[in-house]
Amino acid sequence: MALLEIKNLCLTFDTVGGKLKAVDGISLHVDRGEVLAIVGESGSGKSVSMLAVMGLLPWTATITADYIRFDGKDILNLSPSDRRKIIGKDIGMIFQEPMASLNPCFTVGFQIEETLRQHTDLDRAARRRRAVELFRMVGIPNTEDRLSSYPHQMSGGQCQRVMIAMALACNPKLLIADEPTTALDVTIQKQILELLVNLQIETGMAMILITHDMGVVAETADRVAVQYKGRRVEESDVLSLFESPKHPYTRALLSALPENATGDRLPSVSDYFLEEEAVTGGAA
Amino acid sequence: MLQFLFRRLAVLIPTFVGVSIIAFAFIRLLPGDPVQMMAGERVISPERHAELSQQLGFDRPIVVQYLDYLGGIVTGDFGNSIVTKRPVLSEFLALFPATLELSICAILLAVIIGVPLGIIAAVKRGSWFDQGVMGVALVGYSMPIFWWGLLLIIFFSGVLQLTPVSGRISLMYFFPPVTGFMLIDSLLSGQSGAFKSALSHLILPTVVLATIPLAVIARQTRSAMLEVLSEDYVRTARAKGLPPRRVIGLHALRNALIPVVTTIGLQIGVLMAGAILTETIFSWPGIGKWMVDSVFRRDYTVVQGGLLLIAIIIMVVNLLVDVLYGLINPRIRY
Ligand SMILES: Nc1ncnc2c1ncn2[C@@H]1O[C@H](COP(=O)(O)OP(=O)(O)OP(=O)(O)O)[C@@H](O)[C@H]1O
Ligand SMILES: [Mg+2]
Repeated sequence: MALLEIKNLCLTFDTVGGKLKAVDGISLHVDRGEVLAIVGESGSGKSVSMLAVMGLLPWTATITADYIRFDGKDILNLSPSDRRKIIGKDIGMIFQEPMASLNPCFTVGFQIEETLRQHTDLDRAARRRRAVELFRMVGIPNTEDRLSSYPHQMSGGQCQRVMIAMALACNPKLLIADEPTTALDVTIQKQILELLVNLQIETGMAMILITHDMGVVAETADRVAVQYKGRRVEESDVLSLFESPKHPYTRALLSALPENATGDRLPSVSDYFLEEEAVTGGAA
Repeated sequence: MLQFLFRRLAVLIPTFVGVSIIAFAFIRLLPGDPVQMMAGERVISPERHAELSQQLGFDRPIVVQYLDYLGGIVTGDFGNSIVTKRPVLSEFLALFPATLELSICAILLAVIIGVPLGIIAAVKRGSWFDQGVMGVALVGYSMPIFWWGLLLIIFFSGVLQLTPVSGRISLMYFFPPVTGFMLIDSLLSGQSGAFKSALSHLILPTVVLATIPLAVIARQTRSAMLEVLSEDYVRTARAKGLPPRRVIGLHALRNALIPVVTTIGLQIGVLMAGAILTETIFSWPGIGKWMVDSVFRRDYTVVQGGLLLIAIIIMVVNLLVDVLYGLINPRIRY
């Protein structure tokens, strides 16, 4: 049985300019211990569909779906307080801007221990021990000192490590990572990605990795879902996607990898792909 | 921290000198000479005029007068009242607790009501509650204090006969001041009914004085909360599965308080200005009323000294707010 199953998710936002359809009938599933990559261009609804799973969308959003099932429970129909027992405990999420994602007014130690306080009945000392252990896991040196640091005293990469530690605090079954490295330096990007992959293997959790980078997909994911304009246009395991992409948008994405560069200019998706093709071309 | 304090205190010195020059120049800039002004409508002979001038030191060069005045202030001598002949400082100190009590009650009322209203309005933005609160706040903000005070007196004291019109406590009660705060002294006195009387005298002036700060604080809290609520770290707090009261009351509010504290600090100046009107309306025996009375009595040493003392208080409060700002904002380290 799949760990997370989304069936026919639609999302509309009430905006000043009227209703805006951000996601139009997306279905996907993630099995236990599996890594699913979601790729797609900016604005294709990757983040909002994951925020819908977490229940973190603003009140202007209307969610409809046949179901969103996590671990056998339809979380769309749970009461807010029952849902909060899953969020942050069994599903952790990390975001694109690690600095901004941590509260500047509290120490990182406090912010990690707060998650433990919410979801476990560990006492103060045990929470501290667990926080130290988590910091070691995510590779933050001088653990005890760093726990009493404020986010502004840490680098972006360290903040993302803190976010990862926080998301992993209660041994989640699923980690959602929404472009976790986009805001970081290239060298740090690699480290964080490696960390995520290692932790995934170590803990056996499932992971949804949102990214723009087909290179990252090839290295990390078991399966890929390709989203385009609020719809899923393709879903397959990584190997077959790279060998025989069906949708023209996917083909364009792959053709735009830097390896395929000719001449002095990097290729871009639009070199290979025209909007009309999405409509006429392969309806996956 | 200590270094920061010293630096701030060093900045206060030129500010203080500036204020003292303004307060000093104030009476010299008024048309006519001070002696004639003090004499008012009475006609005085040239000999008497010269004698008074000499007595008050007005015959000396203006710079000498100023330095003399400044020298006095440094040693705590703000001169004597022309009318009562008592030292300005001791009159001020005797009346200040009344103003302080009123101001503390007003700012507490404004914060205790304004901050929660602002939070709820932000959380329910666009709702009738939000629009109602912001509408009322706008009215409150533009309320002419004098008119508002009279309106309350007419209704609560006149029509409903619920509250007294003036003073700090009913004349029935008498006890020596201990703390200078009537609410506390009345309790200490042990006289039954004294506390209730003090409280009923305090209510209307507090409401009048709190109105503008309350409106400003509610609006500021709302806008600070609105800004903070859309921050990524609030989303993170929710992603941890924390209940809304913790997300809003701890993660969001803690950040929103930083600008709100500054606003509250700035309201202290507004409060001082408001106290002058409020104390006049309610015959509240504090420094506001003292200043107004002194202007009417042409007691210029009092006006001059009072202005300076009020300025000192505002400067000290602002310094305290800056320190507090640093304490609640971890991104600032002195
Ligand atoms: N709060 C909101 N109000 C209105 N529209 C929104 C809101 N959040 C997102 N949208 C819209 O939903 C669509 C999908 O946004 P989303 O952030 O999911 O894209 P994305 O695929 O994650 O893009 P990126 O790769 O840039 O992160 C966009 O068109 C965006 O404008
Ligand atoms: Mg996104």
